[in-house]
Amino acid sequence: MDRTRVSRSRMGRGLLRRAAPSILAVAASVLLPAVPATAAPTTPTPSPGAVTVTKAGTSFLTATAIGLGQPVKVPASLGDYLYWSFPGSAGETNEVAITVALPPGSSRHGAATWTVDVFDGLRRRQACTAGAQTPTAGPNDAQVTLGCRLRTVRPWAEPWSGDPLPGTYYVRLSVTDLPEEDLGLPVRVELLVSTIDDTDTPLEDGDLKAPLVPATEPGKVLTGATPDATPAPGASGRPELAAGEDDDDGWFDGWFEGWFDGFSSRWIWTSAGGVLAAIAGVVGFGLTRRPRRPVR
Amino acid sequence: MIILQRSIGVLLGLTAALVLPGISPARADVPEGEPPKVELVLDVSGSMRANDIGGRSRISVAQQAFGEVVDALPDETHLGIRVLGATYPGNDKKKGCQDTQQIVPVGPVDRVKAKNAIAGLRPTGFTPVGLALRAAAEDLGTGGTTRRIVLITDGEDTCAPPDPCDVARELAAQGIRLVIDTLGLAPDEKVRRQLVCIAAATGGTYTAAQSVEQLTDRLKQLVDRAKDTYTRTPAIVAGSGDCAKAPLLTPGVYTDRERFSEHRWYRVTVRPDQELRASVSIGLDRPLNRDYGVLLRAVAPDGRELVRGTDAGSGRTDVLSAGLRWSATEPDEALREEDDDEEDADDEDAPDPVLTVCLVVSNSFSAPGSVSAQAPGMPIELTIDVVERSPAPNSPGLGRGWLLLGVLTVAGLVTGLLAGWLTRWWVATWRENR
Repeated sequence: MDRTRVSRSRMGRGLLRRAAPSILAVAASVLLPAVPATAAPTTPTPSPGAVTVTKAGTSFLTATAIGLGQPVKVPASLGDYLYWSFPGSAGETNEVAITVALPPGSSRHGAATWTVDVFDGLRRRQACTAGAQTPTAGPNDAQVTLGCRLRTVRPWAEPWSGDPLPGTYYVRLSVTDLPEEDLGLPVRVELLVSTIDDTDTPLEDGDLKAPLVPATEPGKVLTGATPDATPAPGASGRPELAAGEDDDDGWFDGWFEGWFDGFSSRWIWTSAGGVLAAIAGVVGFGLTRRPRRPVR
Repeated sequence: MIILQRSIGVLLGLTAALVLPGISPARADVPEGEPPKVELVLDVSGSMRANDIGGRSRISVAQQAFGEVVDALPDETHLGIRVLGATYPGNDKKKGCQDTQQIVPVGPVDRVKAKNAIAGLRPTGFTPVGLALRAAAEDLGTGGTTRRIVLITDGEDTCAPPDPCDVARELAAQGIRLVIDTLGLAPDEKVRRQLVCIAAATGGTYTAAQSVEQLTDRLKQLVDRAKDTYTRTPAIVAGSGDCAKAPLLTPGVYTDRERFSEHRWYRVTVRPDQELRASVSIGLDRPLNRDYGVLLRAVAPDGRELVRGTDAGSGRTDVLSAGLRWSATEPDEALREEDDDEEDADDEDAPDPVLTVCLVVSNSFSAPGSVSAQAPGMPIELTIDVVERSPAPNSPGLGRGWLLLGVLTVAGLVTGLLAGWLTRWWVATWRENR
């Protein structure tokens, strides 16, 4: 009896010693991916090789399309409303940084309040979670810096919500308050839209069937039309969004309706977790075996 | 472990590739055969003789800038040049205020001819800005794309009425999409007010030119912008006073006009498997009281509100916009159009029922007493889109994330260890008791 107890406790100690590295490794594999995310975000820099844009639109319809990390440098007049559009995709947190070089203080007559507004593809105002959205430039400031960090783009949201969704985003730079005499003076605007790496937030479920990319073609008025004249989806010049593509899945989808909602990355994660658990189980079982001694 | 991490990385990469499709903003296709059109309108009135731009006369600065713009003109852009106050030297206001001519017709530009015409200009007469703007709009003609007028002047209109600002608003309301950019050559308060008003009425810009370089660069930028922002003009629609008589709209962009406190109704048909997207912008084309708002509502034909989009603001801005999304959650009888296919309601071949949604645009703008609150109303831009609806996500009982993997792995390890210990203990007891 005594011998068994002693041998068992010794076995337990040996086991711990041998199991510790693998437990640590498991813990490390769990914690490691979180490490880069905790690094402080650096100041936005243009992506290497990006072509500088030297234009700006003057309305939603004429907004100049720019890419993420693509710098913009454009001369403008004090009082202009300048529009750009950039693509936002699910899981991204985008940040707009603007620097405006002001005319010399001698030609200006007072302080001016600048505003950067960001709108989604449906022209709905988007909230800024950080950044100087409406700074006031003093009469002697040589430049004014604006910034707006947006909320993380969600892959799906209820139609009734105003949450940020994948699609086009519009940036509008304007002066909301200035001495009237200063209108029309020359300024230089530099803008950069960048994405903050934010990998520690897991992507939510669901997806938007059609990104919030606004229609740009002129529409057609069908007053007094019959129901047969229902516009086909995609009549807005985007045939790839044609509806009904997913409607012909046959019996399979109907049968699993309710508990099987198509393929999602959760299936991969959960299956991978099962495989890992099985491997870890076998490893754990193996660790408890008495080390094989040479047979007499 | 390394292999495991790498394979997880690959899995994640695959997942990311599935989840992140490329999205790029859509651009309207430019219609065939319609070049971008821009007309420069130059003031050649007597005051342009003043030598106050870097010691040079205003007219010589403008002439140099025009010459450089003509040289740098993109081939596809059709440019015209109109002058005002260039020929009548007398004092008769009636005659002087009719003095505007097109010296280069809108079309492909003969550079030499155009530059000669510019070089021959001598500052002469009155400043009939309103008349020149009207004539310039006629020069540009009608068509399906945006047109731009660039007005360069140094003095206020000496021929009002018509007030050039009212003329600009009236031209913008005529339906052709006309943008007037203004350049002021003199630092004068009245001129600035007038040019700012003209620009704001049409969604254009105002610039105070202070040097030859600045004037040239700005002119080039504006002429280039005529090419870059050359989109098809939205369809014109007139919203009605209630839902029943409202125009039925298909996906696309529309313009309309709305007065203060007016309600404009439109209708859209949506199938139950579709999602309606609508946005509206109201242009602030006149001086207004400080605070304002816009409201876009989607309403069922029986008057129930389905969803609303709203925005409010105060202070200086160009447009105020709101948008909404809506899709049917359940069969909604009230929205269904009366079509008599009751006999084959169960027939799978029967067309999908069509839902009618009314959209109503209203605003809470107001203006100081002196500003014309009535016609033409403020410009509205309405965007309608009908796309496939996005159902709510549903993946019951499945997990995701590194923590899940960790928990499962640790649970597996603990289970394996326990199973191992139990087996050993059991084997040991069995041996002892044998």
